[in-house]
Amino acid sequence: MLIETKGLRKTYRGRKGDVEAVRGVDLTVKEGEIFGFLGPNGAGKTTTLRMLSTLLQPTGGSARIAGADLLKEPAQVRRQIGYVGQSGGTWGEVTAREELVMQGRLYELPKATARERAQEVIEAFELVEFADRKVKTYSGGQRRRLDVALGTVHQPSLLFLDEPTTGLDPQARAHMWDEIRKLRERGTAVFITTHYLDEADALCDRLAIIDHGTIVTEGTPIELKRQIAGDIVLIGVTGDATVAADLLRPAEYVREIETDEADAADVTRLRLYVENGSSALPEILRTLDGAGVAPASIELHRPSLDDVFLRQTGRSLREGN
Amino acid sequence: MKLLRDTWLVYSRQMGLVIRQPTWIFIMLIQPLYYLILFGPLLDNMEKMPGFEAGAMETFVPGLVIMLAMFGTLFVGFGLIAEIREGVIERFRVTPVSRLSLLLGRSLRDVTTLVFQALILVLLSAPIGGLTINWDGLGLMMLIVIGIGLALSAASYGVAIVLKSEDALAPLLNTVTQPVLLLSGIMLPMALAPDWLQTVAKFNPFAYAVNAARALFNGDLHSPSIWQAALFIGGLMVLLVIWSARKFGRAAA
Repeated sequence: MLIETKGLRKTYRGRKGDVEAVRGVDLTVKEGEIFGFLGPNGAGKTTTLRMLSTLLQPTGGSARIAGADLLKEPAQVRRQIGYVGQSGGTWGEVTAREELVMQGRLYELPKATARERAQEVIEAFELVEFADRKVKTYSGGQRRRLDVALGTVHQPSLLFLDEPTTGLDPQARAHMWDEIRKLRERGTAVFITTHYLDEADALCDRLAIIDHGTIVTEGTPIELKRQIAGDIVLIGVTGDATVAADLLRPAEYVREIETDEADAADVTRLRLYVENGSSALPEILRTLDGAGVAPASIELHRPSLDDVFLRQTGRSLREGN
Repeated sequence: MKLLRDTWLVYSRQMGLVIRQPTWIFIMLIQPLYYLILFGPLLDNMEKMPGFEAGAMETFVPGLVIMLAMFGTLFVGFGLIAEIREGVIERFRVTPVSRLSLLLGRSLRDVTTLVFQALILVLLSAPIGGLTINWDGLGLMMLIVIGIGLALSAASYGVAIVLKSEDALAPLLNTVTQPVLLLSGIMLPMALAPDWLQTVAKFNPFAYAVNAARALFNGDLHSPSIWQAALFIGGLMVLLVIWSARKFGRAAA
C-alpha cells in the first residue's frame, strides 16, 4: 500500500467553535494505480489532500505514506512523494530547465543528476522546444505540463495532482490525460482530485467520494456505477408530476423514483431507477398512456459517475461550482 | 550541512532573479539620494549644534544608511505574497528543503543587495555631499546594516505569510515605520530633542542603531551605543528570524 490512512481527522479551531473539516478518513491507495478523489466544494477534499502531502498537520488518526509515518516522519514522506498544487508553483521569470534543476536539487539530488533528470522530464513531457524560455511565455497547457514535470523530477513512487486539468482546453486536457497514464505505465501511483466526472471515469483505476468530511463511497468506476442498479429513465411531465409518479411507483420493474423540481417551462423530471431500461420503456409508456398522462419527454440513460455522485452527496458535482 | 546547502540553493535562485532585473537595486536608492541632495544641504550650517560633533555629513550619512537598511528590507514581503499566490512557496514546502533555508536564502539575498546599495550610497555621498569616508568605520557600520537587514526582512516575510495580502501589508508597514523612523534620529540627532522625546526614543532599538552607526563610521569605538545596538538589533534579529522561520514551516500558503 502506498497510502493507508485510519481515522484521519482535521479540526479547525475558530472563534465560533471548532469546524470539523475532515471527520475520520480511511483510504488505501495501491502501488501504480490512478486514484481519483472527488467531492463537492467544502467536503474536505482539499484538506485531506493537504494533510496527505504534509502541508497540513492532521488533528488525529494515522497514515502511512510510501512506508513512512505521516505524523512522525513528515520529512521522510516528502522525499517519497511529488505534489502539484492547483496554482502550479512556477515563477514566470525563470526557465523550465532552471526550475526543474532547482527542484531536483531541493530533493537532495547532486547537481549532475538533477541536470540529467531535468533533461529526461523535459523530453518525457514534450517541453523540449521551449525548455530554455521564460515560463511566463508558456501557454496554459504547456505550463501545466511543466507543473507535473516538476512533481516527478525526483521519480516519486506517488504523485499528488490537485485538479490538474482545471482551466485547460479539451485538447490540452486530453494531452494531460495521456501524460498521467504514462506516469502509471512507469510505475508511479497518482492521487488525483478533479471536478470532472468524465475525467475520473476515463482516467482512474479506483476512486473515492468524500462528503461532509467522510468517505461516502469507494471503488472502481464500474463498481460505483453498479451501485446505481440498472438504468435510469428520465420522464418529463408538464404540470403536476405526482399523478405520474403514483402510477409508476407500484410497477415491479421500478426500484425507486425521485422527483426533481419543476423547471421554467413547468416541466417536472421524474428519475426512475429501473433494472432494464430498454424493456421498461414500453411498459412505462403503456402505463402512462392508459391513465391519460402524456409525457413531455422521455429518455433512457446508463448510469454515469455523475449519477453516483448525485446519489451519494445529494448534489450534482457541476452544480457545486 | 543540509541547512547550508539548502540556504545556498534558495539564495542562488533568488540572486539569479535579482541579477536579471538589476534596475530594482537602483530604484531603491532614489529615496535616500533625494534626502542627500534635497535635505542634506540644510544641515551644513548646523555643525555647531549638539549631536553634530563629527561633522554634518559625517552625522547625516550614517543615519541615511540605516534608513536605507530599514526601508530596503521592510517591504520585501510584497514579493513573497506574489510567490505565495503563484504556489511557489507551497511547491517548496512539499520538498524536503529546510524551512529555515526558505527564509534565510531570501533574507541573505536581501542583505546582499542592501550592502551593495549602502556602499553605493556612501560612495556617492563623497562627491555629492562632501562626505569624508572613514574606510575602517564603513566596514564596521556594515555589520549594523546587515543585522537590521536580516531582522527586518525576516519580519517582513513573517508578516506577509500571516496577512497574505498586499492590501493589508502596506498600511501596517506604514503605520509602524513612520514613528520608528522619526524616533530614530535619522534626520536630526535626538540630542536636539526635548527630554520627553529623548525618553520615548530610548525604547526604539533603531535609535541605538543610528547612534552606533554614527559612532562606528567616525571611529569612536568606545561609544556605549555600539554594545547597546549590538544587543538590541542582535536580539531583535534572532527573535524575528526564529519567528519568521516558524511561519514558513506552518504557513497554509
